[in-house]
Amino acid sequence: MPSPRYHREIPQRYRLEAEKCKKCGKILFPPRLICPECGSKNFEKVILPENGKIITFTIIRVAPQQFEAEVPYAIAIVELENGVKITTQVVDCKPEDLEIGNSVKLVFRKIQEEGKTGIICYGYKAVLV
Amino acid sequence: MREVCIIGCGMTKFGELWTKSFRDIFVEAGLKAIDDAGVDHIDSMYVGTMTSGLFVGQEHVGALMADYLGVAPIPALRVESACCSGGMAIHQGILDIASGNSDIVLVGGVEKMNDGADATYALSTAADQEYEVYQGITFPGLYALIAQAHMHKYGTTRQQLAQVSVKNHYNGSMNPNAQFQRKVTLEQVMNATLVADPLTILDCSPVSDGGACLILAPLEIARKLNKPIIKIIASEAATDALALHQRKDITTLNAVKVSAEKAYKKAGMKPSDIDVAEVHDCFTIAELCIMEELGFCEKGKSGKFVEDGNTALDGKIPVNTSGGLKSKGHPVGATGAAQAIEIVEQLRGSAGKRQIKNAKIGLAQNMGGSGASSVVHILKKLND
Ligand SMILES: [Zn+2]
Repeated sequence: MPSPRYHREIPQRYRLEAEKCKKCGKILFPPRLICPECGSKNFEKVILPENGKIITFTIIRVAPQQFEAEVPYAIAIVELENGVKITTQVVDCKPEDLEIGNSVKLVFRKIQEEGKTGIICYGYKAVLV
Repeated sequence: MREVCIIGCGMTKFGELWTKSFRDIFVEAGLKAIDDAGVDHIDSMYVGTMTSGLFVGQEHVGALMADYLGVAPIPALRVESACCSGGMAIHQGILDIASGNSDIVLVGGVEKMNDGADATYALSTAADQEYEVYQGITFPGLYALIAQAHMHKYGTTRQQLAQVSVKNHYNGSMNPNAQFQRKVTLEQVMNATLVADPLTILDCSPVSDGGACLILAPLEIARKLNKPIIKIIASEAATDALALHQRKDITTLNAVKVSAEKAYKKAGMKPSDIDVAEVHDCFTIAELCIMEELGFCEKGKSGKFVEDGNTALDGKIPVNTSGGLKSKGHPVGATGAAQAIEIVEQLRGSAGKRQIKNAKIGLAQNMGGSGASSVVHILKKLND
């Protein structure tokens, strides 16, 4: 992954930075230039809550190359306390034990690395609480 | 706007076409379509391909195919909307003729997925690269997320998902162009290797090579040909959030719903008017969700609807008579065009053992990614 592309997403991936629409209150993660709900272009920075619930999940058993060493791994759509939904791995658990409705918390983890010479990529993953 | 008809079609067999190149696959389908239409020239062409750059290192596909089809210097454009590329190529060709800009237009699609590229990665580029793929999701994974949510919310069962695969393999066993011309059982589907829970390898469409092309013309030209007239009475497209998690309801494919509603309105029809349908069953759960979005059954009831045989060859509304993406194969860029070809065969009465009696109106629904783009075509056989 080219490092400028990686660098641009750091505020979202490391610090869960999002934007709140000043007109309609919708929270956008990642930030956008225009609110898809009301068309406003005025936002204020907000930080996403770390806690949420699994609304659906699966166990990946056939992965792309950079995740091959990790199969099987669980990945879920988590709805955070403010209603924002994200796709994230759920780790430090037996994937088979997960259930829809489980409470989770986001933690900072390594996500992938690109071989011996590429960059190491970090971001959020979820753990059960 | 001029009315547009399909006057010819042709496709390659779908499968692992080791001895055929990307360009030859498309040209073979194109030549068959030109031959079927009996035209001596074409005015322009639209080629759907999802990610030929990743699969075979080739972009600039419009010009390449016009050259190898022997029709340069006509204008030729590559159309991309992930797995919806073929359907959108048809859509663009229709607009070209309807506007009066062109008379005879070749539309179609092609994909060469078996030349050694990492297909799981290549396909994943149709999802949100920064906020889905980055986290480790795959396409079977995205549809598995939809399946789990649908099962949780509506009580859809593992067996009902498998029934889609059983039905489509049964239909595909009678299609000489299908990649897998064999039947499978419920037990085989449910006990196959898991790819992304609950989906097994037999819930997933395969990695395929293949090409499919159609020749479009205005109604006045179609009338002069000595063959059944297949008119396109609706071609409507729609989009949704690219990332599955950004949608209000994970089990609703809103682009499919909107494109279908617009198509029914344009055609002046309702779901019960459709005699036969080809839909985008890239995964078994997709066909279930699509039944609901097309209005063939109530929201949440698709599992039982399919289980009760309503979509079988002898059912109320036969779906994926070709074998669908599951059994016929899914060379992504070609899929939308191949769906339209099956509907043409059914309306012409040339679908062989898969033929639906007296089919007059058919629908083809093609979508991209986890449903972020969709196009619906409704075709009608005019009275002779
Ligand atoms: Zn807003």
